[in-house]
Amino acid sequence: MKKEKIIEGFLFACAAITLLTTIGIIWVLLSQSFSFFKEVSVWDFLTDTQWTPLFADKHFGILPLLTGTLLITVIAMLVALPLGLTIAIYLNEYAPKGFRKVVKPLLEVLAAVPTVVYGFFALVVVTPMLQKLIPGLSGFNALSPGIVMGIMIIPFISSLSEDALYSVPKSLREASYGMGATRLQTAFRVLLPSASSGILASIILAFSRAIGETMIVAIAAGQQPRLTLDPTVPIETITAYIVQVSLGDVPHGSLEYRTIFSAGLALFVFTFLLNNISFWINKKYRQEYE
Amino acid sequence: MSKRSLNNQKDRWFQYFGIFSTLIGLILLALFIFQITRDGIGRIDWDFIVSLPSRFYAKAGILPAWTGTLWIFALTAIIVIPIGVGAGIYLQEYAKKGRLSNILEINIANLAGVPSIIYGIIGLEIFVRVLQMGGSLLAGAFTLALLILPIIIVATREAFKAVPKSIKEASYGLGATKWQTIWYQILPIASANIITGVILALARAIGETAPLIVIGALAYVPFVAKSPMDEFTVLPMQIFNWVSRPQHGFLMNAAAAILVLLVFVFILNGIAVYLRNRSRKKFGL
Repeated sequence: MKKEKIIEGFLFACAAITLLTTIGIIWVLLSQSFSFFKEVSVWDFLTDTQWTPLFADKHFGILPLLTGTLLITVIAMLVALPLGLTIAIYLNEYAPKGFRKVVKPLLEVLAAVPTVVYGFFALVVVTPMLQKLIPGLSGFNALSPGIVMGIMIIPFISSLSEDALYSVPKSLREASYGMGATRLQTAFRVLLPSASSGILASIILAFSRAIGETMIVAIAAGQQPRLTLDPTVPIETITAYIVQVSLGDVPHGSLEYRTIFSAGLALFVFTFLLNNISFWINKKYRQEYE
Repeated sequence: MSKRSLNNQKDRWFQYFGIFSTLIGLILLALFIFQITRDGIGRIDWDFIVSLPSRFYAKAGILPAWTGTLWIFALTAIIVIPIGVGAGIYLQEYAKKGRLSNILEINIANLAGVPSIIYGIIGLEIFVRVLQMGGSLLAGAFTLALLILPIIIVATREAFKAVPKSIKEASYGLGATKWQTIWYQILPIASANIITGVILALARAIGETAPLIVIGALAYVPFVAKSPMDEFTVLPMQIFNWVSRPQHGFLMNAAAAILVLLVFVFILNGIAVYLRNRSRKKFGL
């Protein structure tokens, strides 16, 4: 029996590593940010409209990075949300079974392609294409990486939303068809409202994924932190800034170096909140039908 | 037009839009892969595979990059498989329902949602600095292992859940201990699905760039790594480096390197899908 105990102990240690990882993340981000905020006031960090830690005239306002991140994320969602939802409804209500079986794993491929590849796509293919349509579009901009990121996160929305639609009780669907409703009416008036919390959870999760996406924006959005909502000019996101500092030769331990931890903390807090909201909605909605 | 036929017409239009939405992403991806192939295929030859990087794009090769990717693949697998599968088994078979297992579960769901670049930041502090691994292959592999750990834990748990209860009960009935039951009965049946999950997770790991940039993987590596403590580059790093250069020739190199990376990733995904289908047929899992 002693052997059994030792094995159980080892397995527990493996599981405990996940807790240590979380503690490690929080500890590293907080302790480094703490020494950052000893030199830069939290107020300046949250309200200053310039982010120029690498210049002579230093400003540490996170707002330009936040607006850059949100701008790209919103563009990505504008692409992924209508397409992803339509795919979910189509595969659930319209598509022949064989088609669905082939297409579902193919859609997952969209999320399996490495993001550096999408970055190349945005910079080399999509931006030149958009420049023909929109004269004056800068070579680095928010629009092109936003659209490409939208394509990448389609499967996040379509697959989770489809699961949510699928789990709506059959009786509701049959009642709707029995009343003479078309597939479209059934989908939009019966299924979508019934599955709304599951769909919302999938949308939030995709949003969180888009916020944390790095390589597409690091390659195609430029590296100019700028407080703007104009999608045609170069901007910078939180993630792209962290990449920029990591590639440069900023000395370890300097204030400039610590900015990646405060920026990382902001990123972590946002994605953490979104993931938990999504998790909570999903849990609540599962109970509804059980 | 009657209301009914209008409704039917709307229904049909939505059907067309549905087909369009489903295919547009795939068509764009196909178009893109076609374009990359056209740009990159001309650059792929034996010299490109076995040469070191160079300031001159026509001489530059990807030897350090793809060997680095193989190193990272192997080291990450060695680190993450025992820990991930062990943690999955603990949560599925040992953990008592209660506060601790609840916390562990929510925590793993959270870790799965942490952006990859954040893993780079803790990798930089913990592995590169505190544990003094420097920007080595080992530090990169540990960082990526943490990144894909949640995926492997979840895959292990799902694989265990799919094994019929009767097998476990029969094993206990014959007097086997808990670990004997897990090791000799459940794990062999669950292993195909676990391996599927592990391969998908590793396919994701070898495509990652951001965390490795943060821990200090190098963009220019004129040597082949010989030990886990060597500095390194990987294919995605090499692609990123070439994409960031202004000369058109380097973009062609990037396209060629992307083709090589995609071959790696798609082969791994193909193996995973094949294993999943086979285990479905064999065990009805």
